[in-house]
Amino acid sequence: MHPLSAYIEGIGLLGPGLADWPAGQAVLGGREPYQPHKTVLPPPALLPAAERRRSCAIVKLTLATGLEAIAAAGLDAAKLPSVFSSSGGDGENCHIICEMLASNDRQISPTRFHNSVHNVAAGYWSIATGAMSSSSVLSAFDASFGAGLLEALSQVVVDDTRTVLLACDTPYPEPLYSARPIPDALGIALVLAPQRSAQALAQITVSLTDAGADQLDDGALESLRTAIPAARGLPLLRAIALRQDKHVVLDYLDSTRLTVAIAPC
Amino acid sequence: MNPLWLSHFTATSSIGRGLDQTLAAMRQRRGGLAPCAFDTVDLATFIGEVAGVDAVQLPAHLTDFNCRNNRLALLGLTQDGFAEAVRAAIAKYGAQRIGVFLGTSTSGILQTELAYRRRDPVTGALPPDFIYRTTHNTFSVADFARRYFGLTGPAVVVSSACSSSAKVFASARRMMAAGLIDAAVVGGVDSLCLTTLYGFNSLGLTSERPCRPFDAQRNGISIGEAAAFALLERTPEHLDADAVLLLGIGESSDAYHMSSPHPDGLGARMAMQDALKMAGLKPSEIDYIHLHGTATQSNDAAEAKAVRTVFGADTACSSTKGATGHTLGAAGGVGAVICALGLQHGFLPAGLNTEQLDPALGLDYLLQNRTQPVARVLSNSFGFGGTNCSLVFARAD
Repeated sequence: MHPLSAYIEGIGLLGPGLADWPAGQAVLGGREPYQPHKTVLPPPALLPAAERRRSCAIVKLTLATGLEAIAAAGLDAAKLPSVFSSSGGDGENCHIICEMLASNDRQISPTRFHNSVHNVAAGYWSIATGAMSSSSVLSAFDASFGAGLLEALSQVVVDDTRTVLLACDTPYPEPLYSARPIPDALGIALVLAPQRSAQALAQITVSLTDAGADQLDDGALESLRTAIPAARGLPLLRAIALRQDKHVVLDYLDSTRLTVAIAPC
Repeated sequence: MNPLWLSHFTATSSIGRGLDQTLAAMRQRRGGLAPCAFDTVDLATFIGEVAGVDAVQLPAHLTDFNCRNNRLALLGLTQDGFAEAVRAAIAKYGAQRIGVFLGTSTSGILQTELAYRRRDPVTGALPPDFIYRTTHNTFSVADFARRYFGLTGPAVVVSSACSSSAKVFASARRMMAAGLIDAAVVGGVDSLCLTTLYGFNSLGLTSERPCRPFDAQRNGISIGEAAAFALLERTPEHLDADAVLLLGIGESSDAYHMSSPHPDGLGARMAMQDALKMAGLKPSEIDYIHLHGTATQSNDAAEAKAVRTVFGADTACSSTKGATGHTLGAAGGVGAVICALGLQHGFLPAGLNTEQLDPALGLDYLLQNRTQPVARVLSNSFGFGGTNCSLVFARAD
């Protein structure tokens, strides 16, 4: 049995009031107040023009956070395996398809259809970065961050490879919003490595636990944590922002959660 | 990798419920495709519908999960003593030591498609009986399976379109090798819905006839539905000669296009080569290739190029999508079970519906069933987004 352990070499973050990892680090570390405002998704500059036109919110969110993490780690995205984890695919695209299928004109467009797959972000990611290595594409509803972290760590320790975890969620419009009220887009990306390197930020070691998940002190951040599946990873980012040598408990399934031992490098 | 044992497996598709019916249908060259009469769909296409899905009743404590995909999942789980095997594994390993890794592409989205027809005319709200989490959400089928068995270990859905239920074997292998779990329920469930029927139609990828993989005149897929499962355990010291082992897995991405394969099958080639490498086998040691073989012009051409590059032209191969239809997120699981049956019964299934092999594809594509010893096989699953996965299975002897 291997300890599920890896070094974090780069972090990407984008969400409401969290413009990137440096900004998020200041907020989570308590150096700046949290000021919520709507997530601004940058245009996906890396995609060819045709794909850029067809891309949707979850593609933009994934590219922004993943490329931030990989740039911070000083790595080439084309060479990295990847793990995409999200509760659902693109919310807006799903709504438009369901609306059309309930209408008299069911002829959804080819782009709508291929953007409907859960792995839409993974597909555009490999086109944008040229990455031909393995890509795991997961969902575990509210446990999606934890499921992605476990998958990424098992890649690192078993296959002895670096990988990038991309945990991203986007909102549905009404009427699906009422059934699945994810308030805004939020993504966390982590580059994980099996060996310590000069750019390593922290070593993390993960195991299953029955303990309750850690909460965030700031009320607005805590409501993000519980409302957006990817934001279940924020307590880990807070500990890294504070450079704390500590354990955090991340939310996972109703039957089990994840203890993460964090040792800053 | 250390070989993993498929201690139990089962498949339910339009050609039958469970292994006996599936094997009998293949031996009799009986397909499950019929003109589409699903729901209100008005498309000239053939589908592989599983009979009796709507009669399946979920247990009383799981009625929130009631949707076509989970009904089909339960129908599949209760064939061939599979559920009993999972319960025996729980008694052996413990409920937290068994992971759930299931593939699906569309989950229970049909439930949402139907709910959108019943929106409140004034507010636009979905009807009050609509439950998103346990039906539509991508995770729903794995959540259903873990609750059905009372499993408390890691659980996840892999949703990478038509490679989903091949890639579940990769995730399960890694988590078993990491020591987080001792066994895994793997597989895939995908069910008919309007999104895929109208979606593939919009791409011009559905045939108006039963699909004809590798035929010179092939002109598109027939969509099917299926539930396929395997229980993965570490290989014990003593195994029956006909026990089925997973020897290797290869995964890759095309980095080319969202809905067209790399024209030279580059990603497919990498997946097959990596699976062989992990298994420690030469291409010549593979007796049969279960092709992805969807019957679109470009998919079959790209796959044939990739297979020729890795194996040459002489390895027996076929696609079973002419029988089952393309079961999308369940296709990898169905392929794994068909390979396991082939290994145990010394049987290679012919591809159905194909009348005139496309000479440009240049493979030993089976148009007749073959009965012969089968020791090692490879199964391909490729999907939208350029996702590829190949699996190598072998008999224990």
